Amino acid sequence: MDKKFIYCDNAATTKVSKNVLEAALPYFTEEYGNASSIYMFGQNAAKALLKARETVAKAIGAKQHEIFFTSGGSESDNWAIKGMALNGAKLGKKHIITSVFEHHAVLHTCEFLEKQGYEVTYIPVDEKGLVNPEDVKNAIREDTCLVTIMFANNEIGTIQPIKEIGDICKEKKVVFHTDAVQAIGNVEIDVKALNIDMLSLSGHKIHAPKGVGALYVRGGISLPNLIHGGAQEKNKRAGTENLPGIVGLAQAISDATQNIKEKQEKISKLRDRLIDGILKIQETRLNGDREKRLCGNVNISIRGVEGESLLLMLDMFGILASSGSACTSGSLDPSHVLLAIGLPHEIAHGSLRLSISEETTDEDVDYILETIPKVVDRLRSMSPLWERICKNEGITGTI
Amino acid sequence: MIYSEKVMDHFTNPRNVGEIADADGVGEVGNAKCGDIMKMYLKIEGDVIRDVKFKTFGCGAAIATSSMATELIKGKTIDEALKLTNKAVVEALEGLPPAKLHCSVLAEQAMKSAIADYYKRQGVDPTLIVGDIGNCEECHGCH
Ligand SMILES: Cc1ncc(COP(=O)(O)O)c(C=O)c1O
Repeated sequence: MDKKFIYCDNAATTKVSKNVLEAALPYFTEEYGNASSIYMFGQNAAKALLKARETVAKAIGAKQHEIFFTSGGSESDNWAIKGMALNGAKLGKKHIITSVFEHHAVLHTCEFLEKQGYEVTYIPVDEKGLVNPEDVKNAIREDTCLVTIMFANNEIGTIQPIKEIGDICKEKKVVFHTDAVQAIGNVEIDVKALNIDMLSLSGHKIHAPKGVGALYVRGGISLPNLIHGGAQEKNKRAGTENLPGIVGLAQAISDATQNIKEKQEKISKLRDRLIDGILKIQETRLNGDREKRLCGNVNISIRGVEGESLLLMLDMFGILASSGSACTSGSLDPSHVLLAIGLPHEIAHGSLRLSISEETTDEDVDYILETIPKVVDRLRSMSPLWERICKNEGITGTI
Repeated sequence: MIYSEKVMDHFTNPRNVGEIADADGVGEVGNAKCGDIMKMYLKIEGDVIRDVKFKTFGCGAAIATSSMATELIKGKTIDEALKLTNKAVVEALEGLPPAKLHCSVLAEQAMKSAIADYYKRQGVDPTLIVGDIGNCEECHGCH
């Protein structure tokens, strides 16, 4: 039998789609001109750039001039937050509101600003992994220059009450930024209807190449540069445009946003089979709200096993997944997201994230559901922690 | 993170997994909070470790180091086993990523605390023989 290869880590990154590759390829070897050049050849590049900008804008209900291409989600987040922080400082507003379970691109940027004398309020999330808009409202002060709350969480897939938060920020006249890197293409997004002022997105989560993304900045907001230099992106973001990447990103967004409903329906069915199937294993729990959840995200804690060994063993069976255990987070603590929803360390160490895509099949789900219990049994049979749980606490079924 | 072939071999086919019902010494180190626990069982005849088994909750390196440590002390005298350092375990595994070195320390501690338990059961104070085992709480991961 061929070794299986079932990629369930689409929240980490995705495969470039055929469509995207075909759209991007000519811009490597044929239309390689510089969009800033005056000759026709360069103007082809400029045209492609404009078209890509229009496509991205349309996908989120924005205007073409409100889209700025960047090197990805991290840069977009950094730019939005540091830019608004600089704007705020000029007005004596040095307070930022975010949540405890943002991506590190947001959290570490905020921590950096704290060291520069800014004050940051970290809104907690409830045990289901949701921000309460009231908490945001109550945290807003006279000197708040930015609210930044992610659209959907990358680990537990929970979709935040963005409309409510957007409305509050509009009413309070505070700029609202959202990191929509995980949400784009999975959730319908209309920045005007949701009152979003700034939005970060990234190509490689939606089948475009790595290293390209965009920041939407509502017209009327003047964001200082993060990257200074040439006049690209209306003088706002220097650097010769990554045209193959940008064209690929536009193709990916257009593909991903065309039939979101259909996609949600198809993928969430598979997701629900996975969730129900894995939860049949005793002493497991689903992390994150079941309903307000990205269609491809499964995040389950399995007691008595440790995440990294689970991943290594699943890899042997050709299943590629991720975990929030300390050993996989590259730090000594398990994931800040799992701790934020109140999981004790022990249970956070035993978490498993499967993030599926359009390419995942029913057969894949069958195979995963056959394999995981075997692997869990094997690891539990050699786990002194599992032995202790069985002896001391008794098995209650779910946690 | 990249594990050596040896580590992957011991992770996939761990040697000496299990328990010894009538063990002469049992040691357990680590804790669930840090994400790794190792338990080691020894069967000792005279001063020779006739059999050794382990159970480990932890990452790939934790399982592989436990497995390798048991292999290295099986059939050895207690004296020989006590000379086993975490470094020797790492070398036998053809290296560990720096972030995983603590797993090898844990394996050494598990083995030593099983031997200490053996002496205690004999009514012998183990501190002079086994020395300071150290414990997991000293590691920087726990707070
Ligand atoms: C929610 C979120 N924000 C930001 C990023 C960073 O995006 P990028 O890898 O494009 O810098 C990621 C992906 O890792 C993410 O999941």
